[in-house]
Amino acid sequence: MDTCIRASGLVKRFGRTTALDGVDLEVPTGSIQGVLGPNGAGKTTMVRILATLARPDEGSVHVAGYDALRDPVAVRGLVGLTGQYASVDDELTGRENLELIGQLLGMPGRGWKARARELVERFDLSEAGDRPVKTYSGGMRRRIDLAASLVGRPQVLYLDEPTTGLDPRSRGDLWQIVRNLAEEGTTVLLTTQYLEEADELADRIAVIDHGRTVAEGTPSELKRRTGSQTLHVRPVDPTDIDRVMGFVTDLLGTSPVLASDGVSISVPTDEPILLSSLVRRLDQQAITTDELALRLPSLDDVFFSLTGRALPGDTDEEVSA
Amino acid sequence: MSTPTLTPENVLPAPVKRRIGPLEGVGHGLTLAKRNLRYVLRTPTTLIDTVIQPVLFLVVFVFLLGGAISGSWQGYLQTLVPGLMVQITMYASIGTGMALNTDISKGIFDRFRSLPIARSAPLIGAVLGDVVRYAVALSVLLVLAFALGFRIQTDPLSTLFACVLVIVFGLTLCWFSVLIGMMVANPQAVPGVAMAVILPLTFGSNIFADPETMPRWLEIWAGINPVSHFVDTVRGLMIGGPVAGPLAWSLVAVAVCHAVLLPLALRAYLRRVR
Repeated sequence: MDTCIRASGLVKRFGRTTALDGVDLEVPTGSIQGVLGPNGAGKTTMVRILATLARPDEGSVHVAGYDALRDPVAVRGLVGLTGQYASVDDELTGRENLELIGQLLGMPGRGWKARARELVERFDLSEAGDRPVKTYSGGMRRRIDLAASLVGRPQVLYLDEPTTGLDPRSRGDLWQIVRNLAEEGTTVLLTTQYLEEADELADRIAVIDHGRTVAEGTPSELKRRTGSQTLHVRPVDPTDIDRVMGFVTDLLGTSPVLASDGVSISVPTDEPILLSSLVRRLDQQAITTDELALRLPSLDDVFFSLTGRALPGDTDEEVSA
Repeated sequence: MSTPTLTPENVLPAPVKRRIGPLEGVGHGLTLAKRNLRYVLRTPTTLIDTVIQPVLFLVVFVFLLGGAISGSWQGYLQTLVPGLMVQITMYASIGTGMALNTDISKGIFDRFRSLPIARSAPLIGAVLGDVVRYAVALSVLLVLAFALGFRIQTDPLSTLFACVLVIVFGLTLCWFSVLIGMMVANPQAVPGVAMAVILPLTFGSNIFADPETMPRWLEIWAGINPVSHFVDTVRGLMIGGPVAGPLAWSLVAVAVCHAVLLPLALRAYLRRVR
């Protein structure tokens, strides 16, 4: 498969801090690449370099065959960028923003007008299209911003934390838009702090931490990397939880972890017969369960095992898929 | 690569561009200048700066101080108006630095930079848009001045030339404003810094009072101050008097300021947008 984005050995320093410490990345044409990492991992710096907004101190970047350092204009013509903060003019209306970009791109004839109309409709902004952007809600701002980066029909789209701060519904809408774009052949690179988001959208994920790539692969490859599965049990009667914990400890020799909901437990295991033994034991004691399953680890678990740290800010902010 | 729902046949993008020609760059600048003008129309404060300031200055100085300075406000009006044209333009130039700083501190600049347009386009846009702003401010001032009784004592062509000169002068100051705009952290800081330079240049000149009435040190400064020569030129062109001498002085001053300020402003700008 063609490689669309190829970055190697990217280093970027800001004074004494090293934002990127030798990042490599290869993204096949037409795929969705997730870049996962906590705040300050270097994700935004990386996207800015890939979009020619910043120059790396070391390393090289090629996008669709063009050298981004030598041929930035060519790369800018192929790439669309949606940053963390809406890069649109608050005072102009949504439609005017899109028209302005179309004009700057030199769309022939009145092409920019038609293109703006098309995007306004496609992004469900027909009603709001003629209001100044400063009156928009968070979700609408993200949509107009994304539309703005699509005016020139980019082959490559960079999305820097596109759903940070969005409510679950707007997030779901945006995910669908990204999926559609990828289906239409656009190569998408998406940074996120949300494991669910990377899991949901990305064909491949690069996990970066402290300016380095700590892991790379498909979501399921990454999950397999932790080397074990996780057993989840939730008894119907919450008061049974202590007895269930006792059985599992007996069978495994290690004690399980009580989940934050207080009514279920989980424990990592490589023991293939654990499930059947546990089922027999629960049966004998007439304990029924709502949930009893062996699962691949979540990306949370993966991130933890790769970096020794939990992903911040992901516990209280549930993402509905 | 196909984008079925997005790509009507007639609006396919041009093939990949690798360089941006100077003409194209100016085109981008013009597009952004239009945007900046629309911005001025939508944000009341910038409109007030452009329209209300000339009115206030004229009214305050003519009616409040005109009699005291010159014996009668009618007489004062004649000498003040050409000077105010220069002063108003200087004040208006502050907006350029503020607008650029505002854009850079918001996301919109990243958008411009991510597009295949000339790096200088936002700068050209800001400056060209402001030329229009200066012209509006001058028009407001002149219309009111005529209503109050100001009369041109030369000819329309000289007056037009005077207006063009004032706008050229404004462009010089524009670069100064851009330089400040690139150096300070936020747009609100621009007027403070700019005023520290503009106030001595405007009040320490022959705009409001005859330098001969000033203390010796201030009179010397007002004599050196290029603004005074500029005002002399504009007065000569509009109400009569020597033109050639002050014009030569003014042009030299404008050329020197351009030679110094333009490269500095460009360098500061390119460093910020790099």
